[in-house]
Amino acid sequence: MRPWSAILIPVVAGLAALLLSAIPLAFAGAPILPAYAQMVAGVFGSVFTATETLTRATPLIFTGLAAAIAFRARFWNIGGEGQLYLGALAAVWVGTGMIDGPPILMIPLVLAAGAVAGAVGLLGPALLKTRFGADEVVTSLLLNFIILIFVQMMLEGPFKDPMGLGWPQSEPILDSAALPALVDRMRLHAGFLIGIAAAFVAHAVLAYTVWGFRARAVGDNATAARHAGIGVRRTILGVAIASGACAGLAGVSEVAGLKGYLTSDLSPGFGYAGIVVAMLAGLSPIGVIAASLFVASVFVGADSMSRAMGVSSFLADLIVSMSLICMLVGGFFARFRLRLRAAPAP
Amino acid sequence: MIDILQIFLSESFWAASLRIASPLIFGVLGALLCERAGVLNLGIEGIFVVGAMTGWMTVWLGAPLPVGVLAAAFSGALFGFLHSVLTVPLGLSQHVSGLGITLFASSLASFTYRTALPQVSSPPRIEPFRSLDVPILTDLPFFGPVLFQQTALTWLALILVCVVWWIMDRTPLGVALKAVGDNPEAVNAQGLSVIRLRMGAVVVGSSLMALGGAFLTMSAFDAFFFGMVNGRGWICIALVIFASWQPGKALIGALLFGMFDALQVRLQTEAGALVPPQVFLMMPFILSIIALVIVARRADYPRALLTPWFKGQR
Repeated sequence: MRPWSAILIPVVAGLAALLLSAIPLAFAGAPILPAYAQMVAGVFGSVFTATETLTRATPLIFTGLAAAIAFRARFWNIGGEGQLYLGALAAVWVGTGMIDGPPILMIPLVLAAGAVAGAVGLLGPALLKTRFGADEVVTSLLLNFIILIFVQMMLEGPFKDPMGLGWPQSEPILDSAALPALVDRMRLHAGFLIGIAAAFVAHAVLAYTVWGFRARAVGDNATAARHAGIGVRRTILGVAIASGACAGLAGVSEVAGLKGYLTSDLSPGFGYAGIVVAMLAGLSPIGVIAASLFVASVFVGADSMSRAMGVSSFLADLIVSMSLICMLVGGFFARFRLRLRAAPAP
Repeated sequence: MIDILQIFLSESFWAASLRIASPLIFGVLGALLCERAGVLNLGIEGIFVVGAMTGWMTVWLGAPLPVGVLAAAFSGALFGFLHSVLTVPLGLSQHVSGLGITLFASSLASFTYRTALPQVSSPPRIEPFRSLDVPILTDLPFFGPVLFQQTALTWLALILVCVVWWIMDRTPLGVALKAVGDNPEAVNAQGLSVIRLRMGAVVVGSSLMALGGAFLTMSAFDAFFFGMVNGRGWICIALVIFASWQPGKALIGALLFGMFDALQVRLQTEAGALVPPQVFLMMPFILSIIALVIVARRADYPRALLTPWFKGQR
């Protein structure tokens, strides 16, 4: 793929999805142009809306990285949602009073705990694949449901906040473990910067290290990689650990940066949206940053428009899913260059 | 111990097993058709949602139940057609396209439902399929309640198992279908269209998946809820591997699953005080993973599964 098309295609795909959303908008009886204007205002209207978009992009950067790293090695981690919840659960386990210390210790500790939990969550499907040949698509998908029920069980049991008025929610994260706010009186938090840093680290590792080369080689052609002496199983396990850790960090950042405590509705499908982000980014870690900003803008803009115009907020999910399909079709045109010219004379 | 024996002897347990298995039978048959032709269809979860919503809404708008079933099948076929265009002639990633279909189909169904019914606290109900109550047969001891008090949709599922088996095992079309998933080049050499066969299988398979969704809103329940499919589609993808891509084994797999699920509901009432209820809710998913791991080593995948085929390219 030529470099310009790697940028052009996702941009066109995103625009096409936004244009296509005129159909459901018309179906819902909303005035179309004012609706678009409201979407733009909902994202760029004020400092508040702009920081809200960045806040919404934060978990998407992490889950997008999780999908991008795994998909590069053709390891189909569809379990980002579950790993996110495992990361969040580990963060509240460590960060709500088990130990306390200065933020300089506590913040790395909750981040590490979440990353480890996410990694362990994906190591299961990875081992089932390398040991038993069980398809990781199905196991990681089904694990999402198991983990969510497990989190609900924990929130009704040992993790339940005794002061929570009976709601199934965890105790609040200690102030020393909370990710600090970046802008005064706004919800944007340090998790966003950690996400950007993670994307650059992932890019450097994939592009410039032997390990990154192995991961890409396994993804491009596992048979050739094996013949070249690359340990395919070990590489897959490593990829799974890295990918799961990223998704786990998404959970930490939501709990320790935004919500302050864990509930079982922490994520409105960030794990699945991360797959869309990774595909829009062409599986490039740096591209993940841009793609997650786009997807977050759609969520924030469409939500604001939905509230103002009385259109169902499922419109945001609809636009995001359509952008994935448009991106797929665009990828086809990038692979086969279409040329318009007259048929040669017989 | 006595309690478990009593469960296995009760008619209601076996009737419930068959009822729980019914939507899965539709789903596994649909996934089986797609995969036998060489196309993985991860759109199944979303197609279940679309089928459930379309079938319910058609009836809610005043159409008779069979029309609702046809509408659901047609909605599934539409999304199947989209998936087949993306994966067969365009040859795009079947994993990503399928997930895209799931996200697209389920958000479109939810959006349509919310747009049609903006503010309702309790979802409106329809008059669902009633049990068939065949004269004489219903009064048989044991078999009467288990088999002949099921709804028409359960019977449709059982009949479809036979139809799919017959087509795959006894007709030239079935041979071509299996060949196109194993060796598309050979099918092409026979002068048959690989593209048409694969697309046809995905469209028909997807309409069967949508019937699985329709069963939920038109037979098991009488209304549409968000999240009501709850992973049933993904479970079908695991079950089709467990069933080695054979219709008969697919029926057995779905029934076994239905039995375990019916058993855990009954154990829940007995042991509910000892174990948190969530443990039982996890069981279907854990069982699916265990079933998958057991068969994974000797799973005989259709050889051309996930491999796109382009004319004139080797």
